[in-house]
Amino acid sequence: MGVIHVTDRAGQRHTLEAIEGWRVMEIIRDWGLPIEGLCGGACECATCHVFVSEDWLSKLYPPTEEEEDQLDTVVTQPNSRLSCQIIWTPELDGLELTLAPTGG
Amino acid sequence: MTDNIETDVVIIGAGPVGLFAVFELGLLDIKCHVIDILPKVGGQCAELYPEKPIYDIPGFPMITGQGLVDNLMAQIEPFHPTFHLNEMVESVESIGTPEAPLFRVKTSENETTFTCKAILIAAGGGSFQPKKPPIENIEAYEGTGVFYAVRHMQMFRDKRVLIVGGGDSALDWTVNLQPIAKRLTLLHRRDAFRAAPHTVEKMRSLVGSGDMDLHLGQVTALKGTAPVLEGAVIRKDDGSTFEVACDVMLPFFGLTMKLGPIAEWGLNLHENLIPVDTEKFETNVPGIFAIGDINTYPGKLKLILSGFHEGALAAQKVHRYVYPEKKLLFQYTTSSSSLQKKLGVAA
Repeated sequence: MGVIHVTDRAGQRHTLEAIEGWRVMEIIRDWGLPIEGLCGGACECATCHVFVSEDWLSKLYPPTEEEEDQLDTVVTQPNSRLSCQIIWTPELDGLELTLAPTGG
Repeated sequence: MTDNIETDVVIIGAGPVGLFAVFELGLLDIKCHVIDILPKVGGQCAELYPEKPIYDIPGFPMITGQGLVDNLMAQIEPFHPTFHLNEMVESVESIGTPEAPLFRVKTSENETTFTCKAILIAAGGGSFQPKKPPIENIEAYEGTGVFYAVRHMQMFRDKRVLIVGGGDSALDWTVNLQPIAKRLTLLHRRDAFRAAPHTVEKMRSLVGSGDMDLHLGQVTALKGTAPVLEGAVIRKDDGSTFEVACDVMLPFFGLTMKLGPIAEWGLNLHENLIPVDTEKFETNVPGIFAIGDINTYPGKLKLILSGFHEGALAAQKVHRYVYPEKKLLFQYTTSSSSLQKKLGVAA
């Protein structure tokens, strides 16, 4: 078992218990934080966009071309990722990320 | 002139669940019109994941999103539903009674109105609308300096145009508007474009000849006293910023789903979903039903197969509104000659 730390759009940091094999989007959604995940984790909508803290960025598998294509549809920063494309494993215990803003 | 269409049922949403509802209603001799905001049928299946395999449709070990839509269209063909695509339902007005519901439905385009005895909302996550980038105060410039679609190219003649995005829409409008714009700038987050190769090549040659600009970065703020746009602040990956002067900005960030006008039809809502009972899938307004991803009830699973089941049960209650005097006989398509006749397969 382990945790992830998620800062919401109001700036509040939440520590969420994580489950191995779950997508980080699913963990965030399961705890009831506001993440849309419209397409259900199929890498087709970019509504699970997060900013990953710099220390953790290099520990993740790099984004696939498919994820890069979806990131084209949101306002990214260099640390942007889609949380549905990050599968949680114990190596990611303590993963720190921030929910990206959504448009109107 | 307002056209009024009289029909039994209006289905809002042409996704898989809305399409299958046509079938279930059709077996009960109920006629329907289907309205969808997209220019094509299929909803999320066709718009978000046409090529993605689906593995949990009963009877299909694997079928793609578009394959499922194509099959559903073939399945409902005998009932000749009328589709109204590229239209969004703006308003629903109740003009009947709880015992004998009657509704007037109005759409955004062409001033079409419908009079119907029941409404099936099968709108999934809501209506597909352009994704708006989260830029402060962007709304204040919409319609004057910020546009999410091009309706009339001439609006952009002799303007300084900033196009944002890296997909087909962004690239197509870049090469189409470049000849008439005063100056065209394309902004994208990275130097890779997922658009038709020949369009990307055309763009690159325009950049090469100095006839347009290409920048890499993201818009972080807009300049100018709203509603007059004068420029955009752009942040590069290294954190530095610069400004691009522009009269209009066209962000092409794809589509997302918003509940939209449904929120104003007097329906109870729970976290942007419509609560229904699990016998008839009717909302708090008699005669208005909600099926598929847009409804909620204890134990709800957002599966296509759940939406099919919900449509079948809703159709039973719709039948009572459309044919209050008729007793409904439960029949199977395998054995009922009357159902087979409706399907055009009677011996």
